[in-house]
Amino acid sequence: MSKTLYDKLWENHVVHTEADGTALLYIDRHLVHEVTSPQAFEGLKLAGRKPWRVSSIVATADHNTPTDHWEKGIQDPVSRQQVETLDANIHEVGALAYFPFKDKRQGIVHVIGPEQGATLPGMTVVCGDSHTSTHGAFACLAHGIGTSEVEHVLATQCLLQKKSKAMLIKIEGKVGAGVTAKDIVLALIGKIGTAGGTGYAIEFGGSAIRALSMEGRMTVCNMAIEAGARVGFVAVDETAIEYLKGRTFSPKAADWEKATAYWRTLISDADAPFDAVVELDASEIAPQVTWGTSPEMVASIEGRVPAPEDFSDPVKREGVARALEYMGLVPHTPINQIMIDKVFIGSCTNSRIEDLRVAAAVAKGRHVAANIKLALVVPGSGLVKHQAEAEGLDKIFLAAGFEWRQPGCSMCLAMNDDRLLPGERCASTSNRNFEGRQGNGGRTHLLSPAMAVAAAIAGHFSDVRELTS
Amino acid sequence: MEKFTTHEGLVVPLDRANVDTDAIIPKQFLKSIKRSGFGPNAFDEWRYLDHGEPGMDNANRIKNPDFILNQQRYQGASILLVRSNFGCGSSREHAPWALQDFGFRAILGESFADIFFNNCFKNGLLPILLPKAEIDALFLLTQSTPGFRITVDLAAQVVRRPDGHEIPFVVDAFRKECLLNGWDDIGLTLRHAEKIRAFEVQRRIEQPWLFA
Repeated sequence: MSKTLYDKLWENHVVHTEADGTALLYIDRHLVHEVTSPQAFEGLKLAGRKPWRVSSIVATADHNTPTDHWEKGIQDPVSRQQVETLDANIHEVGALAYFPFKDKRQGIVHVIGPEQGATLPGMTVVCGDSHTSTHGAFACLAHGIGTSEVEHVLATQCLLQKKSKAMLIKIEGKVGAGVTAKDIVLALIGKIGTAGGTGYAIEFGGSAIRALSMEGRMTVCNMAIEAGARVGFVAVDETAIEYLKGRTFSPKAADWEKATAYWRTLISDADAPFDAVVELDASEIAPQVTWGTSPEMVASIEGRVPAPEDFSDPVKREGVARALEYMGLVPHTPINQIMIDKVFIGSCTNSRIEDLRVAAAVAKGRHVAANIKLALVVPGSGLVKHQAEAEGLDKIFLAAGFEWRQPGCSMCLAMNDDRLLPGERCASTSNRNFEGRQGNGGRTHLLSPAMAVAAAIAGHFSDVRELTS
Repeated sequence: MEKFTTHEGLVVPLDRANVDTDAIIPKQFLKSIKRSGFGPNAFDEWRYLDHGEPGMDNANRIKNPDFILNQQRYQGASILLVRSNFGCGSSREHAPWALQDFGFRAILGESFADIFFNNCFKNGLLPILLPKAEIDALFLLTQSTPGFRITVDLAAQVVRRPDGHEIPFVVDAFRKECLLNGWDDIGLTLRHAEKIRAFEVQRRIEQPWLFA
């Protein structure tokens, strides 16, 4: 019988199945960061249990770490305690790799996993972080989990899961110039909604996905969770294999040959049955900007802010009215007339080298507008930062009026000092525009790195295609 | 884990869709390394008029009188009534910890985000999916009946309204057993330790690169 990629990944990890279908899935890679792990390590210790296989663990501190003045350490004592707790826990139990604060390979956990070759096709990957879906770009079954599950995986190397339904999102055609992976995924969420993928495992396919680099595929899979799906993935192809060649934890020599032969089978069979199929035409996607407080509240740069009356469902209408009030927006305002205060280029969605190259290409020879209070570029990892500097991208950003920072999650969720003040409006390459996400009272608009630079230069949202054509 | 068998309690309606876990417990409170004490900061940005930070004396903060959880008639509520896609966004288990610490034992909604739904079960907090028509009716009843209480009977898998109307709900058999008995997942899984070890041995042979 023909199988979906999801069937193959699932079946390859089932250790045991309960009568009601709940399965014990074996976990190959466990990514750990400082915010969601302390209670899990404590729980393990209180129960007198030991981690099952510490060589599955790759750990780093990313959520709380500052992005400047590293010489001063972590000023906030509560953040520092959390990072020090991770240090202590990893030193006690061990790990395959640990990149602590200030290590040159430290960075956002979803950037460093693939960068190190610690994320490999066919793996189950878990992390106490919803954006673990990112790793699906490598045909992994990558689940974001809660802290109790972090403890469960530490103790048993397994995760209790029920199989989801399978959804194929097929994006065919060629995107226009200036349209990137971020625009694809925002347009998709606009179409299916933030609960459109709930209960599904999403496979992203079609020629527009095949044409993306691994960085672009990671951006798409990263936001599968924003469409409600816990896992999202892309089949293996030569782009994935090429990316993994020579990375620190990638297989070597004879293992490489054996591994790549297996990896090439990690595709859905031609006539595999899906429970749902969604199709999108890539050529119709324009650069996207969110206007509300949920990623599904999104419009094209050529569009306008909607009015509550545009929606028939009363709950939705009320939600739109509340979002517009929070965002300080008037219905029917053209998106490209919305003025902004701050710009954030970074996060596990868009902080990889390709994102920075695209952003720098737009910024080159231009300057941030006078009304912009702060424009931050936060690379996803120390290695991304180093690579960008070797290519001179830092100089381009600095000359254009951007700040060039140390790696971390930064203003995506504002657990460190990088945040919005109440009422400030931000063009952000991150993944969530929820109320208060980037700082209490802050107003977030999600968009691609190229569009974020275009907004920084204009001082308001602006169509990057007009700058680059 | 705390057992869940039957629970009778006051219902509070939170009438908005897509309530995310950032709203349930804002990020500044995630810096704690404990599992408890999040209740006073549940829905912090909606519940208080000032900006909350860890370590503040919450008893002395000014509450937002318009926020539903602050209204006198809903004090002591232990059942939360919600709309669709409740708990979306971040995987933070601090969200169910905060709701439970606040005093909730069950959440009734049209739909839940997957990770949040799962996290609830690990903490003895029961999320219940009900058809939209039943949820709409419960919103009307809760808003029009001061002191509206219901009973959640997990063993029988029904929600009982005071007028005798029973609403059946679905729950995975395995999760139900765990909740009814207060079983620890890890302990249960470790009964299969031999099977896990055997699986691992085989995997190491087939894909040795995974065990570098």
